[in-house]
Amino acid sequence: MSLLQVDDLAIHFGGVKAVDGVSFAVEEGEVFSIIGPNGAGKSTIFNLISRFYKPTRGTIKFDGQDITGLAAHEIGPLGIARTFQNIELFDHSTVLDNLLMGRHTHRRTQWFQDMFFVPKIRREERRHRAKVEEVIEFLELEAYREKLIAGLPYGVRKVVEIGRALAMGPKMILLDEPASGLSVEESQEVAYWVEDMRRDMGLTVLMVEHDMSLVNQVSDRVLAVANGQPLAMGTPSEVQADPQVKAAYLGTEVDA
Amino acid sequence: MKVIFKTSYDNDIDLHEDWWARGKIILLVAVMAILPFFAGEYYLAEITNTLIWSLAGMGLMLLVGHTGQASLGHAAFLAIGAYTDAALMNIGVPWVIAFPLAGIAAGVFGAIVAIPAVRMSGIYLAIATLALFVIVEEMIIVAEPITGGVGGIFAPSITILGVDFDRYASLNNFYWLCLAVVVGVTWMYANLMRSPTGRSFLAVRDSEVSARALGINITRTRSLAFGLSCAMTGLAGALMGHYITFFNYELFSVFISINLLLVVTIGGLGFIQGAFFGAILITAVPQVISILRDALNANLGIDLSMPGLDTLIFSIILVTFIIYEPTGLYGRWLKIRAWFQLFPLARRDMFRRQKTYLKTERMK
Repeated sequence: MSLLQVDDLAIHFGGVKAVDGVSFAVEEGEVFSIIGPNGAGKSTIFNLISRFYKPTRGTIKFDGQDITGLAAHEIGPLGIARTFQNIELFDHSTVLDNLLMGRHTHRRTQWFQDMFFVPKIRREERRHRAKVEEVIEFLELEAYREKLIAGLPYGVRKVVEIGRALAMGPKMILLDEPASGLSVEESQEVAYWVEDMRRDMGLTVLMVEHDMSLVNQVSDRVLAVANGQPLAMGTPSEVQADPQVKAAYLGTEVDA
Repeated sequence: MKVIFKTSYDNDIDLHEDWWARGKIILLVAVMAILPFFAGEYYLAEITNTLIWSLAGMGLMLLVGHTGQASLGHAAFLAIGAYTDAALMNIGVPWVIAFPLAGIAAGVFGAIVAIPAVRMSGIYLAIATLALFVIVEEMIIVAEPITGGVGGIFAPSITILGVDFDRYASLNNFYWLCLAVVVGVTWMYANLMRSPTGRSFLAVRDSEVSARALGINITRTRSLAFGLSCAMTGLAGALMGHYITFFNYELFSVFISINLLLVVTIGGLGFIQGAFFGAILITAVPQVISILRDALNANLGIDLSMPGLDTLIFSIILVTFIIYEPTGLYGRWLKIRAWFQLFPLARRDMFRRQKTYLKTERMK
């Protein structure tokens, strides 16, 4: 059975059909990319999976469980982590604290225990820290550990956001344009990380991306969407060869 | 510049990064503890007042500085704390029970009120809490059998195990009591901020969308912050009641709410230390103004006893801080300290990037 199963997903904002009848299934351990022109509804699909939006129609199943009716904060504990297109970090905290905030779903103490800092919390904090250090090592963030987010360059912030998602210890990670605004070298690093996430951490990766070289390099399968509707699905080369996809990107009719 | 060599995760988990920092806090508490042997009665009473304001300020700091929610109604929670404590003691409940109950009453009331209120943010939340303040004020006047209505209520003097803690008869004891409460609450507050609960507060403050994606229940977190904030303020209210001894609803005017906001804003939003810096400023400035005014009058014959002078000076201080130092007194202190640590390498523009505003300070 597929890890993530999306069936006939649709959301309409008034008359605008942002997403209209998109279906796909992501297998466990797969890197699945969604591509499409600006405004195609890629990020909206992500926001539907994260439950920031309520779909007009359709269902989303994760690990066999219907998550269409859950609240947004109930998605993280299931093992779905995500990043945002426009970085959404906690600007007034350090990189370390940002990553520790990613451990929220693993907390086992209540606020009144926190208030008196019972011995259990110290053990828990050490455990969280060890996991966060693994992520820091993986993403090579050691030099920034104690820096405030507000003072960091764009490229590093992007990486910290991936790190925060990884700190959650998820089964599936949603990357919303992980390479946008990055240099060629930096997006090449992202490609290696995506490879490692799949191979070493056993993660399933669902990615929205414009950078086709990154998509080609890491994706097992690609879904192309335009105007909220699915155009083509298959391997990266199949999808790029699809006449409808070409038309959507180039804006011209292609004789089939 | 001092570089700390960290050898274990515990370096970061502990409240203080090294024994130097820990030693400074211990020294501060020790000096505060022996203060009654040096300070005169007038100054000791003023310092007690400052401690009480710091406690109330910490309450609001948790909400405004650490969770990013504005409140113009915190005087209401001071009042709930003060009246609960005094009313319980008037029916014979000992202080050691009445005092925590006052905090719990304010906290529970705050948390219940928060459930509908936390759906609002920014200026709308400020207006809602202001409305709440008006309601509580009216309730106090109406509930005359408990609160003494317009006439007011008397806060009995505190006795613990036969030791007298009366504000006038044994000011030293009352001062130590306030100091112990403030130290205890500060310790708990600092613990919260270094644990998952505190981090979830900061997460809600800085980015609600990612907080939700990380599995943080926004409504629950904000209600919890509201409840804890009100509980701290309630405790401060109870002490304030004992400090004033006889009070009515007018003690907890809307100006107290505004002064509390000044405490956290001028002190430095987002720092526990900020509440103390702000409280010192807010309680000392009126005294300093009156001392200066008397001195001017006596020595130079200049009479400045016009009404509204204190308010004018307060306003000027607030406006100056918002424009030139959004990180408040504590932020300024951090910069001065960095300047000395880096001497002579500090440069003007080093802190330019840090001039960012918290979401609380922006209109949403």
